[in-house]
Amino acid sequence: MENKITNRQVICDTLMNAAQTDKNITVVCSDSRGSASLTAFADAYPEQFIEMGIAEQNLVTVSAGLASCGKKVFAASPACFLSTRSYEQVKVDVAYSCSNVTLIGISGGVSYGALGMTHHSCQDIAAFASLPDMRVYLPSDRFQTAELIQALLQDTRPAYVRVSRTASKDIYGENMNFQLDRANVLSQGEDVLLVACGEMVAECLEAVELLAQKGIHAGLLDMYCVKPLDKETLLREAAKTKLVVTVEEHSPYGGLGSLAAQAISEKDPKKIINLSLPDSHMIAGTNREIFAHYGLDGKGIMESVCRILT
Amino acid sequence: MMNLEERAYGLRRDIIEEVYRSEAGHVGGDLSVIDILTVLYFKVMNVSPENWTSPDRDRFFLSKGHCVDALYMVLGEKGFFDKQEAIQTFSAFGSRYIGHPNTDVPGIEMNSGSLGHGLALGVGTALAAKMDHRTYRTYVVLGDGEMAEGSNYEAMMAAGHYKLDNLCATVDLNRLQISGTTKEVMCSDDMAEKFRAFGWNVISVEDGNDCGQLLAAYEQAATYTGKPTAVIAHTVKGKGVSFMEDNKSWHHGVMKKEQYEQAVMELEARRAELSDFKNQAEACGEKQARCGKEA
Repeated sequence: MENKITNRQVICDTLMNAAQTDKNITVVCSDSRGSASLTAFADAYPEQFIEMGIAEQNLVTVSAGLASCGKKVFAASPACFLSTRSYEQVKVDVAYSCSNVTLIGISGGVSYGALGMTHHSCQDIAAFASLPDMRVYLPSDRFQTAELIQALLQDTRPAYVRVSRTASKDIYGENMNFQLDRANVLSQGEDVLLVACGEMVAECLEAVELLAQKGIHAGLLDMYCVKPLDKETLLREAAKTKLVVTVEEHSPYGGLGSLAAQAISEKDPKKIINLSLPDSHMIAGTNREIFAHYGLDGKGIMESVCRILT
Repeated sequence: MMNLEERAYGLRRDIIEEVYRSEAGHVGGDLSVIDILTVLYFKVMNVSPENWTSPDRDRFFLSKGHCVDALYMVLGEKGFFDKQEAIQTFSAFGSRYIGHPNTDVPGIEMNSGSLGHGLALGVGTALAAKMDHRTYRTYVVLGDGEMAEGSNYEAMMAAGHYKLDNLCATVDLNRLQISGTTKEVMCSDDMAEKFRAFGWNVISVEDGNDCGQLLAAYEQAATYTGKPTAVIAHTVKGKGVSFMEDNKSWHHGVMKKEQYEQAVMELEARRAELSDFKNQAEACGEKQARCGKEA
């Protein structure tokens, strides 16, 4: 049965669970408690919830101020605004001051679909990964999201977590093998290595099956930790094939593809192809329709790999 | 004990030394804000090297971070570090005393520098104090040119909304910025009305380089409840050095040797005057006390 529980819902559940015993956990929203599925947190822990109104710059800097006083802050806002409107605030107040702030970018990538380019966040990996001390995570399903938030609750460094608006397909299960900053090997194959993050992992899993039907053996890495990139696992798995294909819901520039290509080409040069959203204004539709249009669904990824291999 | 004016003039002398040696810094704004910093650090705020790690220390953010040269001198004088080290190495290769506040320097709360951030940081620390039922206060100093940054108004709105009476912002209103007067560049008239519109208590200080007037404003702010307080301090850019006063070219001008010597001469003369005045007043006070006793 298809999963209906969104990653943002899982974040709320995880934070509510932790907030029972940790009174420093503080959630800050920009009129985004509903869209971030954090209304339940706000209702249950009003003294640990702060509403900043539609003011994303203020959301981020106030969060850093709170963190400087010992608060463990989770600031949730649409990824499109967090990563562009408040970019300087993230650079200066969160990253530069190494504040204990986790930025939750909700409705990431093309989640908002037909709302258009203003609401897409296809440059967030590039923007945040280039900031010193900033970590960038795109969990691929609800189980990994829960584990990631649990892990981030244990440390005090800044991080950005991008999740989709819609429910992600299940990839893992309860008691999954999760290690912070370690990629998960989801498939082994000598013909091609797929490296993906976020929503693209499920699409790649489908592509792996479709490729297998054609006799092509594909490996798959879930590189949810885009920064710090798990170079060790990446290089180990890449060494097994002649072709690496990265897949991301992001601009072609500065995202997982760029980071992975940089890491591989430094140590083990080989053919690396990046499948991404285009460097152009995008077609309207649901996120799934947009993925399919740009060849980022399972079938499209399979077709691209076949084309590259022939 | 040194009075505030005398201390502020001594710090002005230090600032001149620091910016002359380094050929860096923002001397005009340093000289307009130094009285505000002196009053806050030596009379108003509960913050010192001794309580620096205490969660109950007062918080301070210099939002007009380019005037950190002045803040370094105040923090050095306060004992956070050797002031001479800052004077000798300000803006030098590898120095921690860089051109904007950073936490490698003891006494600095957060890394900062881009304008329009300090007030929102202050909203964060003031909110945290309310959440934790702590009594520390947060002080933020802004420039009037900086008030063109839109982020300030988001922070003003939030501070008013949450009635952060533990937050006190000071606008160092020296009416000049790098390109000209604030009126010419981007009108920042009616600063008091802007703060009031966002739900703030406003105290206007006619002479923001007068330590007595500033102190009275901060004492009033500390007891005001139900709203954050904005102190609008009408200052003079370059205050204390005749050729720099009210002259935009000294926003970050570099002094020639003769200018440096003249600045030092003027500041030391004024400081000596303040010191003499204090000594005379003290002598007079003692005499009066003696006379009273004899009578």
